[in-house]
Amino acid sequence: MTYILVLEQILNGLQFGVMLFLMAAGLTLVFGVMGLINLAHGSLYMVGAFAAAAVAGWTGSFLLALAASLAAAAAAGALMELVVIRRLYRRNHLDQVLATFALILVFSEGTRWLFGSFPLFLDVPSYLSGPISLPGGIEYPLYRLAIILIGLAIAAGLFLLIARTRIGIQIRAGEADREMIAALGVDISKLYTLVFALGAALAGLAGALVGAIQSVQVGMGEPVLILAFVVIVIGGIGSIKGALAGALLVGMTDTLGGVFLPRLFTLFMEPASAASAGASLASMLIYILMAGVLLVRPSGLYGGST
Amino acid sequence: MMVTRESLLNWAMIAALLLVPLAAWSLDEPFIITLATKAAILALAGVGLNIALGLGGLISLGHAAFFGIGGYAMGILAAHAQNYEPLFEWPFLFEGSNQMPLIWLVAVVFSALAALVIGALSLRTSGVYFIMITLAFGQMLYYFAISWSAYGGEDGLSIWVRNDFPGLNTLDPIQFFAIAYVILCGALFFAARLARSPFGLALAAARQNEDRVEAVGLTPFTLRLTAFVISGAITGLAGALFADLNRFVSPTMLSWHTSGEIMIFVILGGVGRLYGPVAGAALYILLEHLLGGISDYWQIFLGVLLLLIVLFARGGLIGAIAGREKAHG
Repeated sequence: MTYILVLEQILNGLQFGVMLFLMAAGLTLVFGVMGLINLAHGSLYMVGAFAAAAVAGWTGSFLLALAASLAAAAAAGALMELVVIRRLYRRNHLDQVLATFALILVFSEGTRWLFGSFPLFLDVPSYLSGPISLPGGIEYPLYRLAIILIGLAIAAGLFLLIARTRIGIQIRAGEADREMIAALGVDISKLYTLVFALGAALAGLAGALVGAIQSVQVGMGEPVLILAFVVIVIGGIGSIKGALAGALLVGMTDTLGGVFLPRLFTLFMEPASAASAGASLASMLIYILMAGVLLVRPSGLYGGST
Repeated sequence: MMVTRESLLNWAMIAALLLVPLAAWSLDEPFIITLATKAAILALAGVGLNIALGLGGLISLGHAAFFGIGGYAMGILAAHAQNYEPLFEWPFLFEGSNQMPLIWLVAVVFSALAALVIGALSLRTSGVYFIMITLAFGQMLYYFAISWSAYGGEDGLSIWVRNDFPGLNTLDPIQFFAIAYVILCGALFFAARLARSPFGLALAAARQNEDRVEAVGLTPFTLRLTAFVISGAITGLAGALFADLNRFVSPTMLSWHTSGEIMIFVILGGVGRLYGPVAGAALYILLEHLLGGISDYWQIFLGVLLLLIVLFARGGLIGAIAGREKAHG
């Protein structure tokens, strides 16, 4: 085992974490500002990936595909908010869970009806394919490095948006006291639609970016959705900072655990059983991490009281 | 007890669930009997969830964990019995089992233990955290089952012959239906008694006002954990029966879609209604059968129907027919 392998896996973990952050940011914003739990967030990830695959198929341009994923997911998010979600803000969590679960059924089966059950493929563009040499003698896929950079840039942009702009002030005020900012003349329902569409666009972009590494298929959003839940539970629901910390923690744990646990187990087990025991434990590792965090801090790393 | 529209409706439903398969039996329509058996078993899973959800107000999105543990209890015991491979040799030789009562016992014990561990960790939190954590624990078991290659991994485990029940021929659809139906009735009776017991009243009170329950000297955490364990055990029993119905168990039983579906049974019928899961599971099976015949994409209609019920008809099916009175609370 060399340090190059370790560094490579750390970069993979970073890449996974950054993508999880794009998913988790929308979820945690929507929960923080509107108090809504949205299971259908994974559907927006899927919508983004399918829009990108379709546009890339028609035009052959990866940049247009990314733009399409942002636009389609934001539009689907805004539509979802206007038709269904805004009726749920005053409802209890059970109603929100059910209604958004129903939305998943509609979106997943609707996409299957439109595009069929077979996975689509989204190709990495030629200018981003192939490996790149990093200092220290590491050969790393350029596309994955690009994903890390895009993700970090978006994270920085999001922090600036929330900390420095007028919309950001309104979002933070909405988290603190929604009646008060409505009384101050902010159009709260427009703000809610905007926040929801913003979160949707981020999820859609994540779907498109990951879709070029994996395949684009119905139901692709759900494993990511559940990981994003783990992320925001670890980070503290409603906190963007927590979402970033949680996403990186989960991304690293999952990636490094999957690679190194089976190797670790070979130290004291037979190779065959070590591989399967290591893989089993690795698949459960992030949930064990979550349980551990909750034992110490029941409302997450950066969470206040719920 | 006063005869209300709801109790009349309950009797009508439980009678219909018996009469439909009996009629199908006399007309020699085994497929309809199997559908009714499936409805009874899924209703049982819903009755289990409803103790946590309706009575305790605990929105668990991880009940597939218990359903799947029950299923795997059946799969593992029966697989060892059919292959004559001992499950363990110490402290005594145990070769697995194809006897339903023993399988049910194992299913109930293990799902109760899992509910104890998951509940003890999850109930430290509340509200939306609780929903997400139960969901995450369910997924954890799902991924564990996928990577557990000794028992089929992703492909699941098949059983050649349905397990035995002393004195009955379980391969005869109507006899297997009778087993599922009797267990469902037993669980409904138990849930009704539980809701009216001091424990059930305290649990409902903890749902409505935690501080007051604490002020009279009860511990909401213990009440909820007990309810969660009972709830998980009943759902686990349903899982063992469901796996026996299909003679197959796979990680799908543990997936969060299953958790969502069990919750749908409870909601389609009406939250907090004792017989809600019966109405909901029957309606679900009916929709799956009717709409599934029209379109492969029938879950779009299910999704739209569920949305309409959540947004506009919150009492569910029973609420729409019997009015707004609550079964218990």
